[in-house]
Amino acid sequence: MSAAPPPVSPAWAVELVGIDKRFGPVHANRDVTLRFAPSSIHGLVGENGAGKSTLMSILYGFYEADAGEILVRGKQVDIRTPQDAIRLGIGMVHQHFMLVETFTVLENLLLGHEGGPVLGPAMQRARAEVRELERQFGLEVPLDALVSDLPVGVQQRVEILKALYRGAEVLILDEPTAVLSPPEVEQLFRILERLRQQGRTVLLITHKLKEIMAITDRVSVLRRGQVVAEFITAETDRQALADAMVGRKTSLSVDKAPSHPGDVLLSAQNVNVIDGRGVTTLKDACLNVRAGEIVGVAGVAGNGQSELLEVLSGMCRFDSGTVTLKGQEIHPATKYDAADARRRGLAHVPEDRLKLAVIKEFPAHESAILGYHQDKSLSKGWRLNWKQVVAKTVSLMEQFDVRPPNPNLRTSLFSGGNQQKLVMAREMEREPDILLVGQPTRGVDIGAIAFIHRQLVSLRDRGKAILLVSAELDEILALSDRILVMCDGEIVGELSAAEANESRIGTMMAGIKDAPVAEGVPA
Amino acid sequence: MDTLLGFLSLLDSTFRLATPLLLAALAGFYSERAGVVDIGLEGKMLVAAFASAAAAAIYGSAWVGLGAGILASLALALLHGFACITHKGNQVVSGVALNIVALGLTAVLGNAWFQMGGRTPNLPADARFGELTLPLAETLRGVPLLGPIYYELVSGHNILVYLALAIVPLTWWIAYRTRFGLRLRAVGENPAAVDTAGISVTALRYQAVLIAGVLCGIAGSYLSTAQGAGFQTNMTAGKGFLALAALILGKWKPVPTLFACLAFAFADALQTRLQGVALPGIGEVPVQLIEALPYLLTVLLLAGFVGKAIPPKASGRPYVKDR
Repeated sequence: MSAAPPPVSPAWAVELVGIDKRFGPVHANRDVTLRFAPSSIHGLVGENGAGKSTLMSILYGFYEADAGEILVRGKQVDIRTPQDAIRLGIGMVHQHFMLVETFTVLENLLLGHEGGPVLGPAMQRARAEVRELERQFGLEVPLDALVSDLPVGVQQRVEILKALYRGAEVLILDEPTAVLSPPEVEQLFRILERLRQQGRTVLLITHKLKEIMAITDRVSVLRRGQVVAEFITAETDRQALADAMVGRKTSLSVDKAPSHPGDVLLSAQNVNVIDGRGVTTLKDACLNVRAGEIVGVAGVAGNGQSELLEVLSGMCRFDSGTVTLKGQEIHPATKYDAADARRRGLAHVPEDRLKLAVIKEFPAHESAILGYHQDKSLSKGWRLNWKQVVAKTVSLMEQFDVRPPNPNLRTSLFSGGNQQKLVMAREMEREPDILLVGQPTRGVDIGAIAFIHRQLVSLRDRGKAILLVSAELDEILALSDRILVMCDGEIVGELSAAEANESRIGTMMAGIKDAPVAEGVPA
Repeated sequence: MDTLLGFLSLLDSTFRLATPLLLAALAGFYSERAGVVDIGLEGKMLVAAFASAAAAAIYGSAWVGLGAGILASLALALLHGFACITHKGNQVVSGVALNIVALGLTAVLGNAWFQMGGRTPNLPADARFGELTLPLAETLRGVPLLGPIYYELVSGHNILVYLALAIVPLTWWIAYRTRFGLRLRAVGENPAAVDTAGISVTALRYQAVLIAGVLCGIAGSYLSTAQGAGFQTNMTAGKGFLALAALILGKWKPVPTLFACLAFAFADALQTRLQGVALPGIGEVPVQLIEALPYLLTVLLLAGFVGKAIPPKASGRPYVKDR
């Protein structure tokens, strides 16, 4: 569908006036008033649960507001369903893509916009129209490929194209960069620039301040359902945005003293993992982690970091090589599982919290003892000592500032940051000699990030060895004493904290080996 | 010539036996492709068989019987939709419940209305779907090879057999070449994508469930007014489940599902012919073992000969807008 020509310079493309929305006891949006200019990129930032997504879902007709008005191009409108929103020229790219994976790209574009009861002729017309849109916005996608065969970056382009094909003048993007690699992010930003040039309005929801600074014209900050600040991007900076988001001064960097590494506690020599398809997912991995240091592992997601964590934590077998844990060798034939790892003093905070670390449906006190449920202190003979379990959870919650401090609340009802704090508390409480941490602050708000970072540094200062895997370069740079970079299953280089910077790591992540192999990695 | 005729008659009964399986499996296709698991194929067929036989016995017309069968099956389909779509209930539980209700209801009503121990009266020929002789079948009968094939195999079935076979390409065309089909397949894979595209998930799923109701209605009517001449207690005897197995073997695609139905029906047809026959080198095989043949085949095929069957991703899951 080619879009209608933009109306003669309306003051605002979309206005939200006094929007209010409650979900039971949760007041998700309180009297929110926001205005978005045409031909602009407007950022919407806020911590998790600040109400950004709810607000945009109201604009897209997914939810109905309890109170308030929406104006599109100066006219008051009634948006009850996504269909209404689409008709008014509002499109949305959801955080979890709304694509049918078993369909081709073209079929996905057609869905809901078929142009007739029989597909044949409509397909031909759609193909021509989509080609035109691709040219106009520089969005190339293979129309006849199955969506499930496409990388996420391309799937996202399909989502954008889908919105444009349905005539979107206003495009909402919900956390669009969460799943993208740095080059994909750049490509996305080029597309967004193009949309702005062509007179479209882009609403960008994110919690990454760097992106806001890089691409938006204006930015609104939400906190606990309210708009607390609005800036013209060129006139503000990251610190000001961060302060507005959390409502108090925060520091983005981590205070830490130089490390004093001791003995090697964890090492790997030429570890290989070959997966079910015969692909080598971890190639000749060699590393050493010493007492009292944090070793960061950087890399684009899916380049062997997950396999590395899984092997070291005993979750997955390796095919050759040796892992040495506090001087004891582990070979592929050695019995070594997650319980063995814990017994030997290795704790693990997995990358995917909800899949591997907690059980959403369990109350917090049950999630808080997973993996340690056999512990003598928590049992009475063959039964669990519930009183003790609850008491233990309360103390964990206190130490790690888990809010609300209610051990009987269902795990899923805690925010991402508080779930993570509970997991960190569980794993760090027994003072493990070695801690493996994957994505410690994924989906965690800024206040909790600083807390988690402080805890990791203090564990290091108590002489423990920490291996940190993170997709956030800032985090790697802020915390690590040494940095390993992985690409394509291999550790392609190592940098000390002093010599590391974003661009240097970036080149190595792309597979270009530049740095000399430094101390600590056997040749 | 005798072997040819024997083989043709074996294939002939294969088609007869495949028809109810095929109709029920296609019913399952629509329902499951829309994301609604349908364990209740069996129950819908059973009420349809009963309603159809009862109406045909009273009004003396197979067509009235067919109409009654479809209506009865639709009623159960609506109930399933109401429980699973409107009220987001568990689809397997609802399906099992419908099967139990159908089994009990048909037996009780049959006994109350006709007092024949749950059976309905024997239907006279004009209250059943009779065999159609296709044009030129008699004339061409003498032509070697093609003549007998045309006469024995192609001609001489009742109209529902031809209808069932015609529904296969029709279903393929609807599913892959129409707007409705695109939406149907989408709602079984990712209902959220359908919802955000501005299409009603509820309406689509109801349509799918009702189509399944119509097809099960035809399947059930076929059992009591075309293949048989009246209703007997539990006359579906697991055919609904066999149809479900065929759908899985056919990987939720219409044409492979047809072949799966034919394979089951062939095993069934073979089974009746093997009873009491001494096999060379083995001797006479116990009837019970032979009767188990189609079911053994099902288990074997499902256990590993077909590779991985991936169901529609959203099947079995009620659609709830997440937050």
